[in-house]
Amino acid sequence: MKILVALKRVADPDNANKVKIPADGSKVDTAGLEWKPNPFDDYALETALRLTEDGKSNKVRKGEVVVVSFGPKEVETTLRSALATGADRAIRVECTDEQLDGFLVARALAKLVETEKPDVVMLGKQAVDGDSNQVGQILAELLDWPQAAFAATLREESAGLLVGREVDGGVLEIRVSFPAVVTVDLRIVAPRSVYSTATDAAFKYNDGVRFAPLPAIMQARKKPLDTKSLAELTTEKPRIRYVRYEAPPARKAGTKVVDVDALLDKLKNEAKAL
Amino acid sequence: MANVLVVAEFADGKVKKTTHSAVTFARTAAAALGGSYSILVLGSSAGMAVDELAKLGAAKVLVAEDASLGNYLAETYAPTVAEVAKDYAVVVAAASGFGKDLLPRVAGALAAGYAADITEVLSSGGTLQYKRPMFAGNAFGICVIDSAVQVVTVRQSAFAPAEPTGAVSPSEKVGIAPSGKAAGRVEWVKYEQVKNERPELAEAKVVVAGGRALKEQFYELLDPLADALGAAIGASRAACDNGYCAPDLQVGQTGKVVAPGLYFAIGISGAIQHLAGMKSSKVIVSVNKDGDAPIFQISDYGLVGDLFKVVPELTEKLRAIKAG
Repeated sequence: MKILVALKRVADPDNANKVKIPADGSKVDTAGLEWKPNPFDDYALETALRLTEDGKSNKVRKGEVVVVSFGPKEVETTLRSALATGADRAIRVECTDEQLDGFLVARALAKLVETEKPDVVMLGKQAVDGDSNQVGQILAELLDWPQAAFAATLREESAGLLVGREVDGGVLEIRVSFPAVVTVDLRIVAPRSVYSTATDAAFKYNDGVRFAPLPAIMQARKKPLDTKSLAELTTEKPRIRYVRYEAPPARKAGTKVVDVDALLDKLKNEAKAL
Repeated sequence: MANVLVVAEFADGKVKKTTHSAVTFARTAAAALGGSYSILVLGSSAGMAVDELAKLGAAKVLVAEDASLGNYLAETYAPTVAEVAKDYAVVVAAASGFGKDLLPRVAGALAAGYAADITEVLSSGGTLQYKRPMFAGNAFGICVIDSAVQVVTVRQSAFAPAEPTGAVSPSEKVGIAPSGKAAGRVEWVKYEQVKNERPELAEAKVVVAGGRALKEQFYELLDPLADALGAAIGASRAACDNGYCAPDLQVGQTGKVVAPGLYFAIGISGAIQHLAGMKSSKVIVSVNKDGDAPIFQISDYGLVGDLFKVVPELTEKLRAIKAG
Protein backbone atom coordinates (compact mmCIF):
# COMPACT_ATOMS: atom_id res chain seq x y z
CA MET A 1 0.00 0.00 0.00
CA LYS A 2 1.23 3.46 -0.79
CA ILE A 3 0.06 6.30 1.42
CA LEU A 4 0.53 10.03 0.89
CA VAL A 5 0.39 11.93 4.17
CA ALA A 6 -0.10 15.70 4.24
CA LEU A 7 1.61 17.47 7.13
CA LYS A 8 1.29 21.03 8.37
CA ARG A 9 3.28 22.85 11.00
CA VAL A 10 1.31 25.09 13.34
CA ALA A 11 2.12 27.58 16.08
CA ASP A 12 2.37 25.65 19.36
CA PRO A 13 -1.25 24.71 20.08
CA ASP A 14 -0.56 24.34 23.82
CA ASN A 15 0.14 28.06 23.88
CA ALA A 16 -2.54 29.18 21.44
CA ASN A 17 -3.85 31.60 24.07
CA LYS A 18 -0.62 33.59 23.60
CA VAL A 19 -1.34 34.62 20.01
CA LYS A 20 -1.70 38.37 19.61
CA ILE A 21 -3.81 40.50 17.32
CA PRO A 22 -2.24 43.89 16.55
CA ALA A 23 -4.44 46.97 16.95
CA ASP A 24 -4.97 47.24 13.17
CA GLY A 25 -6.26 43.66 13.05
CA SER A 26 -3.94 42.86 10.16
CA LYS A 27 -2.80 39.43 11.32
CA VAL A 28 -2.65 36.80 13.99
CA ASP A 29 0.79 37.29 15.49
CA THR A 30 2.32 33.98 16.59
CA ALA A 31 5.78 35.41 17.29
CA GLY A 32 7.43 33.68 20.22
CA LEU A 33 5.48 30.47 19.71
CA GLU A 34 7.40 27.41 18.62
CA TRP A 35 6.41 25.62 15.41
CA LYS A 36 4.93 22.21 16.15
CA PRO A 37 3.50 19.55 13.87
CA ASN A 38 -0.28 19.82 13.70
CA PRO A 39 -1.33 17.11 16.19
CA PHE A 40 -3.89 15.56 13.85
CA ASP A 41 -1.24 15.30 11.11
CA ASP A 42 1.02 13.47 13.54
CA TYR A 43 -1.85 11.04 14.04
CA ALA A 44 -2.23 10.70 10.27
CA LEU A 45 1.45 9.81 9.97
CA GLU A 46 1.20 7.29 12.82
CA THR A 47 -1.86 5.75 11.13
CA ALA A 48 -0.04 5.49 7.80
CA LEU A 49 2.94 3.80 9.46
CA ARG A 50 0.69 1.33 11.26
CA LEU A 51 -1.02 0.43 7.98
CA THR A 52 2.29 -0.26 6.26
CA GLU A 53 3.81 -2.62 8.84
CA ASP A 54 2.82 -5.82 10.57
CA GLY A 55 2.71 -4.40 14.07
CA LYS A 56 5.38 -6.65 15.52
CA SER A 57 8.26 -4.92 13.82
CA ASN A 58 8.37 -1.52 12.25
CA LYS A 59 11.32 -2.73 10.16
CA VAL A 60 9.16 -5.13 8.11
CA ARG A 61 7.42 -2.67 5.83
CA LYS A 62 4.74 -3.67 3.37
CA GLY A 63 4.19 -0.32 1.81
CA GLU A 64 5.46 3.18 1.25
CA VAL A 65 4.67 6.37 3.14
CA VAL A 66 5.33 9.66 1.37
CA VAL A 67 4.95 12.86 3.38
CA VAL A 68 4.20 16.25 1.85
CA SER A 69 4.15 19.71 3.36
CA PHE A 70 3.58 23.21 2.01
CA GLY A 71 5.69 26.17 3.00
CA PRO A 72 9.09 27.83 3.11
CA LYS A 73 12.40 26.01 3.58
CA GLU A 74 11.84 25.76 7.36
CA VAL A 75 9.01 23.23 6.95
CA GLU A 76 11.73 20.75 6.01
CA THR A 77 12.24 20.39 9.77
CA THR A 78 8.73 18.96 9.99
CA LEU A 79 9.39 16.67 7.01
CA ARG A 80 12.76 15.45 8.33
CA SER A 81 11.18 14.58 11.62
CA ALA A 82 8.46 12.62 9.80
CA LEU A 83 11.19 10.78 7.86
CA ALA A 84 12.93 9.97 11.14
CA THR A 85 9.66 8.65 12.55
CA GLY A 86 9.40 6.22 9.65
CA ALA A 87 8.18 7.88 6.46
CA ASP A 88 10.10 6.82 3.35
CA ARG A 89 10.18 9.95 1.24
CA ALA A 90 9.25 13.63 1.52
CA ILE A 91 8.07 16.40 -0.76
CA ARG A 92 8.06 20.08 0.07
CA VAL A 93 5.89 22.40 -1.95
CA GLU A 94 7.60 25.77 -1.95
CA CYS A 95 5.26 28.64 -1.02
CA THR A 96 4.48 31.03 1.80
CA ASP A 97 1.68 30.36 4.26
CA GLU A 98 -0.07 33.52 3.06
CA GLN A 99 -0.43 32.12 -0.47
CA LEU A 100 -2.60 29.25 0.66
CA ASP A 101 -6.13 28.39 1.55
CA GLY A 102 -7.77 24.98 1.89
CA PHE A 103 -8.98 24.98 -1.69
CA LEU A 104 -5.50 25.62 -3.06
CA VAL A 105 -3.89 22.96 -0.88
CA ALA A 106 -6.50 20.46 -2.05
CA ARG A 107 -5.89 21.44 -5.68
CA ALA A 108 -2.15 21.04 -5.32
CA LEU A 109 -2.53 17.69 -3.53
CA ALA A 110 -4.85 16.46 -6.28
CA LYS A 111 -2.17 17.26 -8.85
CA LEU A 112 0.47 15.53 -6.76
CA VAL A 113 -1.75 12.44 -6.57
CA GLU A 114 -1.59 12.19 -10.38
CA THR A 115 2.13 11.50 -10.26
CA GLU A 116 2.42 9.78 -6.87
CA LYS A 117 -0.58 7.48 -7.41
CA PRO A 118 -1.13 6.57 -3.74
CA ASP A 119 -3.80 4.12 -2.59
CA VAL A 120 -4.68 6.42 0.28
CA VAL A 121 -4.22 10.11 1.02
CA MET A 122 -4.14 10.42 4.79
CA LEU A 123 -4.69 13.76 6.53
CA GLY A 124 -5.50 15.10 9.97
CA LYS A 125 -9.14 16.07 10.22
CA GLN A 126 -8.19 19.67 10.85
CA ALA A 127 -5.23 21.96 11.38
CA VAL A 128 -5.50 23.49 14.82
CA ASP A 129 -4.51 26.97 13.65
CA GLY A 130 -7.09 27.60 10.92
CA ASP A 131 -9.54 25.11 12.47
CA SER A 132 -11.32 24.66 9.11
CA ASN A 133 -11.57 20.88 8.72
CA GLN A 134 -11.85 20.94 4.94
CA VAL A 135 -8.86 19.82 2.85
CA GLY A 136 -9.55 16.06 2.91
CA GLN A 137 -13.15 16.42 1.86
CA ILE A 138 -12.38 18.93 -0.91
CA LEU A 139 -9.55 16.74 -2.17
CA ALA A 140 -11.78 13.64 -2.25
CA GLU A 141 -14.27 15.51 -4.42
CA LEU A 142 -11.57 16.85 -6.78
CA LEU A 143 -10.25 13.29 -7.24
CA ASP A 144 -13.74 11.70 -7.33
CA TRP A 145 -12.55 9.37 -4.54
CA PRO A 146 -14.52 8.22 -1.51
CA GLN A 147 -13.84 10.09 1.73
CA ALA A 148 -13.62 8.68 5.23
CA ALA A 149 -13.57 11.83 7.34
CA PHE A 150 -13.04 11.84 11.14
CA ALA A 151 -11.80 8.23 11.20
CA ALA A 152 -11.43 6.75 14.67
CA THR A 153 -10.72 3.14 13.63
CA LEU A 154 -9.34 1.55 10.45
CA ARG A 155 -9.20 -2.08 9.35
CA GLU A 156 -7.42 -2.84 6.12
CA GLU A 157 -9.29 -5.30 3.92
CA SER A 158 -8.25 -6.87 0.62
CA ALA A 159 -9.02 -3.81 -1.53
CA GLY A 160 -10.05 -1.11 0.88
CA LEU A 161 -10.64 -0.01 4.43
CA LEU A 162 -13.37 -0.56 6.97
CA VAL A 163 -13.58 2.77 8.79
CA GLY A 164 -15.26 3.72 12.05
CA ARG A 165 -16.13 7.41 11.84
CA GLU A 166 -16.95 9.44 14.92
CA VAL A 167 -20.15 11.29 14.10
CA ASP A 168 -22.78 13.06 16.21
CA GLY A 169 -24.36 10.58 18.57
CA GLY A 170 -22.25 7.53 17.83
CA VAL A 171 -19.95 5.73 15.44
CA LEU A 172 -20.74 5.23 11.77
CA GLU A 173 -18.97 2.41 9.99
CA ILE A 174 -18.29 2.73 6.28
CA ARG A 175 -16.26 0.73 3.81
CA VAL A 176 -14.20 2.51 1.17
CA SER A 177 -12.30 0.87 -1.65
CA PHE A 178 -8.90 2.12 -2.81
CA PRO A 179 -7.96 4.73 -3.72
CA ALA A 180 -9.53 6.81 -0.94
CA VAL A 181 -9.04 9.90 1.22
CA VAL A 182 -8.97 9.41 4.98
CA THR A 183 -8.95 12.17 7.60
CA VAL A 184 -8.19 11.03 11.14
CA ASP A 185 -9.69 11.93 14.49
CA LEU A 186 -8.12 11.74 17.95
CA ARG A 187 -8.93 8.16 18.83
CA ILE A 188 -7.16 6.76 15.76
CA VAL A 189 -3.95 6.44 17.79
CA ALA A 190 -5.51 4.30 20.52
CA PRO A 191 -3.80 0.90 20.93
CA ARG A 192 -6.41 -1.09 18.98
CA SER A 193 -7.57 1.44 16.39
CA VAL A 194 -5.57 0.49 13.30
CA TYR A 195 -5.02 -2.94 11.77
CA SER A 196 -3.38 -3.73 8.46
CA THR A 197 -3.99 -7.11 6.85
CA ALA A 198 -0.63 -8.19 8.26
CA THR A 199 -1.31 -7.15 11.84
CA ASP A 200 -2.17 -9.92 14.27
CA ALA A 201 -5.70 -9.48 15.59
CA ALA A 202 -4.45 -9.60 19.18
CA PHE A 203 -1.75 -6.99 18.62
CA LYS A 204 -1.94 -3.76 20.59
CA TYR A 205 0.02 -0.64 19.75
CA ASN A 206 1.35 1.74 22.36
CA ASP A 207 -1.12 4.51 23.00
CA GLY A 208 -0.41 7.65 20.95
CA VAL A 209 2.20 8.37 18.32
CA ARG A 210 5.69 6.87 18.16
CA PHE A 211 8.87 8.87 18.52
CA ALA A 212 11.94 8.63 16.35
CA PRO A 213 14.88 6.76 17.86
CA LEU A 214 18.19 8.63 17.68
CA PRO A 215 19.81 6.55 14.89
CA ALA A 216 16.71 7.11 12.77
CA ILE A 217 17.13 10.86 13.11
CA MET A 218 20.62 10.48 11.61
CA GLN A 219 19.40 8.17 8.84
CA ALA A 220 16.54 10.51 7.99
CA ARG A 221 19.05 13.02 6.66
CA LYS A 222 19.78 10.59 3.84
CA LYS A 223 16.16 9.91 2.89
CA PRO A 224 14.95 11.68 -0.27
CA LEU A 225 13.33 15.08 0.08
CA ASP A 226 12.13 16.66 -3.17
CA THR A 227 10.98 20.19 -3.70
CA LYS A 228 8.27 21.38 -6.02
CA SER A 229 6.95 24.86 -6.62
CA LEU A 230 3.32 25.64 -5.94
CA ALA A 231 2.95 26.90 -9.53
CA GLU A 232 3.90 23.43 -10.83
CA LEU A 233 0.86 22.02 -9.06
CA THR A 234 -1.75 24.74 -9.37
CA THR A 235 -2.15 28.22 -10.74
CA GLU A 236 -5.53 28.75 -9.08
CA LYS A 237 -6.13 31.70 -6.76
CA PRO A 238 -7.20 31.24 -3.15
CA ARG A 239 -10.93 31.49 -2.58
CA ILE A 240 -10.78 32.80 0.97
CA ARG A 241 -9.48 36.25 1.86
CA TYR A 242 -9.19 37.45 5.45
CA VAL A 243 -9.98 41.14 5.74
CA ARG A 244 -9.15 41.46 9.43
CA TYR A 245 -8.69 39.60 12.69
CA GLU A 246 -10.11 40.24 16.13
CA ALA A 247 -9.27 39.08 19.61
CA PRO A 248 -12.01 37.09 21.32
CA PRO A 249 -14.06 38.83 24.00
CA ALA A 250 -12.20 38.62 27.28
CA ARG A 251 -13.73 36.56 30.03
CA LYS A 252 -12.95 37.64 33.58
CA ALA A 253 -12.23 35.25 36.38
CA GLY A 254 -15.10 35.31 38.83
CA THR A 255 -15.12 34.51 42.48
CA LYS A 256 -14.17 31.46 44.46
CA VAL A 257 -16.87 30.18 46.76
CA VAL A 258 -16.15 28.39 50.02
CA ASP A 259 -18.62 25.54 49.86
CA VAL A 260 -21.62 24.02 48.10
CA ASP A 261 -24.11 26.18 49.99
CA ALA A 262 -22.30 29.36 48.96
CA LEU A 263 -22.22 28.15 45.35
CA LEU A 264 -25.94 27.41 45.29
CA ASP A 265 -26.69 30.77 46.88
CA LYS A 266 -24.67 32.56 44.17
CA LEU A 267 -26.25 30.53 41.35
CA LYS A 268 -29.73 31.19 42.68
CA ASN A 269 -29.56 34.78 43.81
CA GLU A 270 -26.70 36.40 41.88
CA ALA A 271 -26.50 34.59 38.54
CA LYS A 272 -30.18 33.58 38.61
CA ALA A 273 -29.13 30.45 36.81
CA LEU A 274 -31.17 27.93 38.79
CA MET B 1 -29.60 35.81 -8.03
CA ALA B 2 -28.32 36.61 -4.57
CA ASN B 3 -30.21 33.98 -2.66
CA VAL B 4 -29.21 31.60 0.11
CA LEU B 5 -29.60 27.81 0.15
CA VAL B 6 -29.88 25.99 3.47
CA VAL B 7 -29.04 22.28 3.42
CA ALA B 8 -31.29 20.66 6.03
CA GLU B 9 -30.01 17.90 8.26
CA PHE B 10 -32.58 15.16 8.16
CA ALA B 11 -31.96 11.75 9.71
CA ASP B 12 -34.08 8.92 11.13
CA GLY B 13 -37.22 10.68 9.95
CA LYS B 14 -36.44 13.85 11.90
CA VAL B 15 -35.27 17.33 10.98
CA LYS B 16 -32.28 17.99 13.22
CA LYS B 17 -32.32 21.18 15.25
CA THR B 18 -29.01 22.16 13.63
CA THR B 19 -31.07 23.06 10.55
CA HIS B 20 -32.86 25.82 12.47
CA SER B 21 -29.55 27.49 13.31
CA ALA B 22 -28.58 27.43 9.64
CA VAL B 23 -31.93 29.05 8.82
CA THR B 24 -31.21 31.85 11.29
CA PHE B 25 -27.96 32.50 9.44
CA ALA B 26 -29.83 32.42 6.12
CA ARG B 27 -32.33 35.05 7.29
CA THR B 28 -29.52 37.50 8.10
CA ALA B 29 -27.51 36.71 4.99
CA ALA B 30 -30.49 36.87 2.63
CA ALA B 31 -31.59 40.20 4.14
CA ALA B 32 -28.09 41.64 3.62
CA LEU B 33 -28.07 40.43 0.00
CA GLY B 34 -31.61 41.60 -0.69
CA GLY B 35 -32.59 38.06 -1.63
CA SER B 36 -34.46 35.13 -0.18
CA TYR B 37 -33.54 31.73 1.21
CA SER B 38 -34.67 28.24 0.33
CA ILE B 39 -34.20 24.96 2.15
CA LEU B 40 -33.00 21.76 0.48
CA VAL B 41 -33.71 18.43 2.10
CA LEU B 42 -32.30 15.13 0.84
CA GLY B 43 -33.10 11.53 1.70
CA SER B 44 -34.98 8.42 0.68
CA SER B 45 -37.98 9.77 2.60
CA ALA B 46 -37.17 13.49 2.43
CA GLY B 47 -40.83 14.29 1.75
CA MET B 48 -41.50 13.58 5.42
CA ALA B 49 -39.54 16.70 6.36
CA VAL B 50 -41.53 19.09 4.19
CA ASP B 51 -44.27 20.05 6.68
CA GLU B 52 -41.80 21.01 9.35
CA LEU B 53 -39.39 22.83 7.02
CA ALA B 54 -42.22 24.71 5.30
CA LYS B 55 -42.88 26.61 8.54
CA LEU B 56 -39.47 28.27 8.59
CA GLY B 57 -40.16 31.15 6.22
CA ALA B 58 -38.24 29.89 3.20
CA ALA B 59 -39.12 31.00 -0.34
CA LYS B 60 -39.18 27.32 -1.27
CA VAL B 61 -38.58 23.94 0.27
CA LEU B 62 -36.71 21.79 -2.24
CA VAL B 63 -37.08 18.06 -1.88
CA ALA B 64 -34.57 15.60 -3.29
CA GLU B 65 -36.16 12.26 -2.57
CA ASP B 66 -34.55 9.14 -3.97
CA ALA B 67 -33.82 5.59 -2.85
CA SER B 68 -30.09 6.21 -3.49
CA LEU B 69 -30.09 8.79 -0.67
CA GLY B 70 -31.15 6.34 2.04
CA ASN B 71 -28.25 6.56 4.46
CA TYR B 72 -26.29 9.77 4.33
CA LEU B 73 -22.95 9.60 2.53
CA ALA B 74 -21.10 12.69 1.29
CA GLU B 75 -20.39 10.93 -2.01
CA THR B 76 -24.08 10.49 -2.84
CA TYR B 77 -25.41 13.76 -1.38
CA ALA B 78 -22.76 16.21 -2.64
CA PRO B 79 -23.57 16.02 -6.40
CA THR B 80 -27.22 17.00 -5.88
CA VAL B 81 -26.41 19.72 -3.35
CA ALA B 82 -23.80 21.16 -5.72
CA GLU B 83 -26.19 21.07 -8.66
CA VAL B 84 -28.94 22.90 -6.78
CA ALA B 85 -26.44 25.32 -5.21
CA LYS B 86 -25.33 26.63 -8.63
CA ASP B 87 -28.34 28.94 -8.64
CA TYR B 88 -27.51 30.43 -5.24
CA ALA B 89 -24.99 32.93 -3.89
CA VAL B 90 -24.47 31.17 -0.58
CA VAL B 91 -24.98 27.58 0.55
CA VAL B 92 -25.06 26.87 4.27
CA ALA B 93 -25.41 24.02 6.74
CA ALA B 94 -24.66 23.77 10.43
CA ALA B 95 -21.12 22.80 11.41
CA SER B 96 -22.31 19.45 12.74
CA GLY B 97 -20.81 16.09 11.85
CA PHE B 98 -23.09 16.17 8.80
CA GLY B 99 -22.25 19.69 7.63
CA LYS B 100 -18.52 19.39 8.22
CA ASP B 101 -18.40 16.21 6.17
CA LEU B 102 -20.65 17.29 3.32
CA LEU B 103 -20.15 21.01 2.67
CA PRO B 104 -16.40 21.01 1.96
CA ARG B 105 -17.08 18.29 -0.61
CA VAL B 106 -19.79 20.49 -2.13
CA ALA B 107 -17.30 23.37 -2.20
CA GLY B 108 -14.86 21.13 -4.06
CA ALA B 109 -17.51 20.31 -6.65
CA LEU B 110 -18.24 24.00 -7.19
CA ALA B 111 -14.58 25.11 -7.06
CA ALA B 112 -15.90 27.38 -4.34
CA GLY B 113 -14.39 28.84 -1.19
CA TYR B 114 -15.49 27.31 2.10
CA ALA B 115 -15.66 29.15 5.43
CA ALA B 116 -16.07 26.74 8.34
CA ASP B 117 -17.82 27.08 11.67
CA ILE B 118 -18.73 30.75 11.37
CA THR B 119 -20.10 32.57 14.41
CA GLU B 120 -21.35 35.77 12.79
CA VAL B 121 -22.25 37.08 9.37
CA LEU B 122 -21.57 40.74 8.57
CA SER B 123 -22.19 42.79 5.48
CA SER B 124 -19.92 45.42 3.97
CA GLY B 125 -21.08 47.22 0.82
CA GLY B 126 -23.31 44.31 -0.16
CA THR B 127 -20.51 41.75 0.32
CA LEU B 128 -20.93 39.18 3.05
CA GLN B 129 -18.16 38.85 5.58
CA TYR B 130 -17.88 35.78 7.77
CA LYS B 131 -16.46 35.79 11.26
CA ARG B 132 -14.96 32.51 12.37
CA PRO B 133 -12.93 31.26 15.32
CA MET B 134 -9.33 30.16 14.74
CA PHE B 135 -6.48 29.05 17.01
CA ALA B 136 -8.86 27.27 19.38
CA GLY B 137 -11.00 30.38 19.69
CA ASN B 138 -8.06 32.60 20.63
CA ALA B 139 -8.52 34.68 17.47
CA PHE B 140 -11.38 35.46 15.15
CA GLY B 141 -10.83 35.90 11.44
CA ILE B 142 -13.23 37.93 9.31
CA CYS B 143 -13.12 36.63 5.77
CA VAL B 144 -14.75 37.05 2.40
CA ILE B 145 -15.14 34.32 -0.18
CA ASP B 146 -14.09 34.97 -3.77
CA SER B 147 -16.13 32.47 -5.76
CA ALA B 148 -19.45 32.44 -7.60
CA VAL B 149 -21.05 30.32 -4.90
CA GLN B 150 -19.94 30.75 -1.30
CA VAL B 151 -20.06 27.69 0.95
CA VAL B 152 -20.24 28.04 4.74
CA THR B 153 -21.01 26.07 7.86
CA VAL B 154 -22.30 27.84 10.96
CA ARG B 155 -21.58 27.16 14.59
CA GLN B 156 -24.85 25.98 16.07
CA SER B 157 -24.34 27.62 19.46
CA ALA B 158 -23.80 31.04 17.84
CA PHE B 159 -27.07 31.10 15.89
CA ALA B 160 -30.28 30.70 17.92
CA PRO B 161 -32.70 28.24 16.32
CA ALA B 162 -35.13 29.90 13.88
CA GLU B 163 -38.78 30.01 14.96
CA PRO B 164 -41.65 29.28 12.58
CA THR B 165 -42.96 32.39 10.82
CA GLY B 166 -46.61 31.39 10.64
CA ALA B 167 -46.51 31.19 6.84
CA VAL B 168 -46.21 27.97 4.86
CA SER B 169 -43.56 27.78 2.12
CA PRO B 170 -44.33 26.04 -1.17
CA SER B 171 -42.33 22.90 -1.82
CA GLU B 172 -41.02 21.46 -5.05
CA LYS B 173 -39.23 18.29 -6.05
CA VAL B 174 -35.72 18.47 -7.44
CA GLY B 175 -33.99 15.83 -9.54
CA ILE B 176 -31.01 13.79 -8.38
CA ALA B 177 -27.70 14.72 -9.99
CA PRO B 178 -25.63 11.78 -11.23
CA SER B 179 -23.04 10.59 -8.71
CA GLY B 180 -19.40 10.23 -9.59
CA LYS B 181 -17.30 7.06 -9.36
CA ALA B 182 -16.68 7.74 -5.69
CA ALA B 183 -20.27 6.85 -4.80
CA GLY B 184 -19.73 3.35 -6.15
CA ARG B 185 -16.66 2.82 -3.99
CA VAL B 186 -18.16 3.61 -0.60
CA GLU B 187 -20.58 1.52 1.38
CA TRP B 188 -22.57 2.44 4.47
CA VAL B 189 -22.11 -0.49 6.86
CA LYS B 190 -23.70 0.36 10.17
CA TYR B 191 -24.37 3.10 12.68
CA GLU B 192 -23.93 2.43 16.36
CA GLN B 193 -25.79 5.05 18.26
CA VAL B 194 -24.64 5.78 21.78
CA LYS B 195 -27.71 5.49 23.97
CA ASN B 196 -28.57 8.89 25.31
CA GLU B 197 -31.81 9.93 26.94
CA ARG B 198 -30.44 13.36 27.81
CA PRO B 199 -30.80 16.63 25.90
CA GLU B 200 -28.48 17.07 22.89
CA LEU B 201 -25.18 18.42 24.11
CA ALA B 202 -25.08 21.29 21.64
CA GLU B 203 -28.64 22.35 22.48
CA ALA B 204 -28.85 21.85 26.25
CA LYS B 205 -29.50 24.81 28.56
CA VAL B 206 -27.33 23.22 31.23
CA VAL B 207 -24.22 21.11 30.66
CA VAL B 208 -22.40 19.08 33.27
CA ALA B 209 -18.93 18.20 32.02
CA GLY B 210 -16.41 15.90 33.64
CA GLY B 211 -12.67 15.49 33.35
CA ARG B 212 -10.02 12.89 33.89
CA ALA B 213 -10.22 13.31 37.68
CA LEU B 214 -13.55 11.44 37.75
CA LYS B 215 -11.85 8.25 36.59
CA GLU B 216 -14.12 5.18 36.40
CA GLN B 217 -16.73 7.02 38.48
CA PHE B 218 -17.52 9.39 35.61
CA TYR B 219 -21.12 8.34 35.09
CA GLU B 220 -21.69 7.24 38.67
CA LEU B 221 -21.09 10.82 39.83
CA LEU B 222 -22.32 12.85 36.87
CA ASP B 223 -25.52 11.00 35.96
CA PRO B 224 -27.33 11.96 39.19
CA LEU B 225 -26.08 15.56 38.97
CA ALA B 226 -27.20 15.86 35.34
CA ASP B 227 -30.56 14.32 36.30
CA ALA B 228 -31.02 16.88 39.07
CA LEU B 229 -30.31 19.72 36.62
CA GLY B 230 -31.99 18.28 33.52
CA ALA B 231 -28.58 18.72 31.95
CA ALA B 232 -26.62 17.18 29.09
CA ILE B 233 -23.32 15.51 29.94
CA GLY B 234 -20.06 16.60 28.35
CA ALA B 235 -16.44 15.67 28.92
CA SER B 236 -12.88 16.79 28.49
CA ARG B 237 -10.69 15.13 25.90
CA ALA B 238 -8.69 13.40 28.63
CA ALA B 239 -11.82 11.75 30.03
CA CYS B 240 -12.78 10.52 26.54
CA ASP B 241 -9.29 9.33 25.65
CA ASN B 242 -9.06 7.34 28.87
CA GLY B 243 -12.33 5.63 28.05
CA TYR B 244 -14.16 6.98 31.13
CA CYS B 245 -17.02 8.12 28.89
CA ALA B 246 -18.29 7.98 25.30
CA PRO B 247 -16.07 9.86 22.79
CA ASP B 248 -18.98 11.86 21.38
CA LEU B 249 -19.29 13.70 24.71
CA GLN B 250 -16.06 15.57 24.06
CA VAL B 251 -16.37 19.34 24.36
CA GLY B 252 -13.58 21.36 22.80
CA GLN B 253 -11.82 22.72 19.76
CA THR B 254 -12.15 19.44 17.93
CA GLY B 255 -15.22 18.10 19.67
CA LYS B 256 -18.56 19.72 20.34
CA VAL B 257 -18.84 23.46 20.87
CA VAL B 258 -21.43 24.44 23.45
CA ALA B 259 -22.71 27.70 24.88
CA PRO B 260 -25.34 26.79 27.48
CA GLY B 261 -26.78 29.09 30.11
CA LEU B 262 -24.97 27.15 32.80
CA TYR B 263 -21.83 24.99 32.45
CA PHE B 264 -20.35 22.86 35.21
CA ALA B 265 -16.71 21.86 34.75
CA ILE B 266 -16.10 19.03 37.18
CA GLY B 267 -12.51 17.94 37.60
CA ILE B 268 -11.49 19.68 34.38
CA SER B 269 -8.21 21.59 34.52
CA GLY B 270 -8.97 23.82 31.55
CA ALA B 271 -6.72 22.92 28.63
CA ILE B 272 -6.81 25.43 25.77
CA GLN B 273 -8.55 23.02 23.45
CA HIS B 274 -11.31 22.39 26.03
CA LEU B 275 -11.88 26.11 26.70
CA ALA B 276 -12.39 26.58 22.95
CA GLY B 277 -15.52 24.45 23.20
CA MET B 278 -17.22 26.06 26.21
CA LYS B 279 -15.99 29.52 27.02
CA SER B 280 -19.01 31.19 25.41
CA SER B 281 -21.22 29.63 28.08
CA LYS B 282 -23.19 32.23 30.02
CA VAL B 283 -22.35 31.08 33.54
CA ILE B 284 -19.40 28.76 34.19
CA VAL B 285 -18.99 26.88 37.45
CA SER B 286 -15.92 24.81 38.14
CA VAL B 287 -15.01 22.33 40.81
CA ASN B 288 -11.38 21.32 41.06
CA LYS B 289 -9.05 20.31 43.83
CA ASP B 290 -6.23 22.40 42.35
CA GLY B 291 -6.92 26.06 43.15
CA ASP B 292 -4.49 27.15 40.43
CA ALA B 293 -6.17 25.20 37.63
CA PRO B 294 -6.56 27.42 34.51
CA ILE B 295 -10.30 26.68 34.42
CA PHE B 296 -10.79 29.06 37.36
CA GLN B 297 -9.53 31.97 35.24
CA ILE B 298 -12.63 31.79 33.07
CA SER B 299 -15.12 30.56 35.67
CA ASP B 300 -17.77 32.75 37.23
CA TYR B 301 -17.84 30.59 40.32
CA GLY B 302 -15.05 28.31 41.41
CA LEU B 303 -15.11 25.80 44.21
CA VAL B 304 -11.78 24.34 45.29
CA GLY B 305 -12.46 20.94 46.75
CA ASP B 306 -12.62 17.19 46.42
CA LEU B 307 -15.14 16.49 43.69
CA PHE B 308 -15.91 13.05 45.12
CA LYS B 309 -17.40 14.88 48.11
CA VAL B 310 -18.62 18.06 46.40
CA VAL B 311 -20.57 16.44 43.56
CA PRO B 312 -22.78 14.16 45.71
CA GLU B 313 -23.47 17.05 48.09
CA LEU B 314 -24.30 19.38 45.23
CA THR B 315 -26.57 16.76 43.68
CA GLU B 316 -28.44 16.18 46.91
CA LYS B 317 -28.94 19.89 47.60
CA LEU B 318 -30.08 20.57 44.04
CA ARG B 319 -32.65 17.81 44.41
CA ALA B 320 -33.87 19.41 47.61
CA ILE B 321 -34.20 22.81 45.87
CA LYS B 322 -36.10 21.19 43.02
CA ALA B 323 -38.42 19.38 45.43
CA GLY B 324 -39.14 22.80 46.89
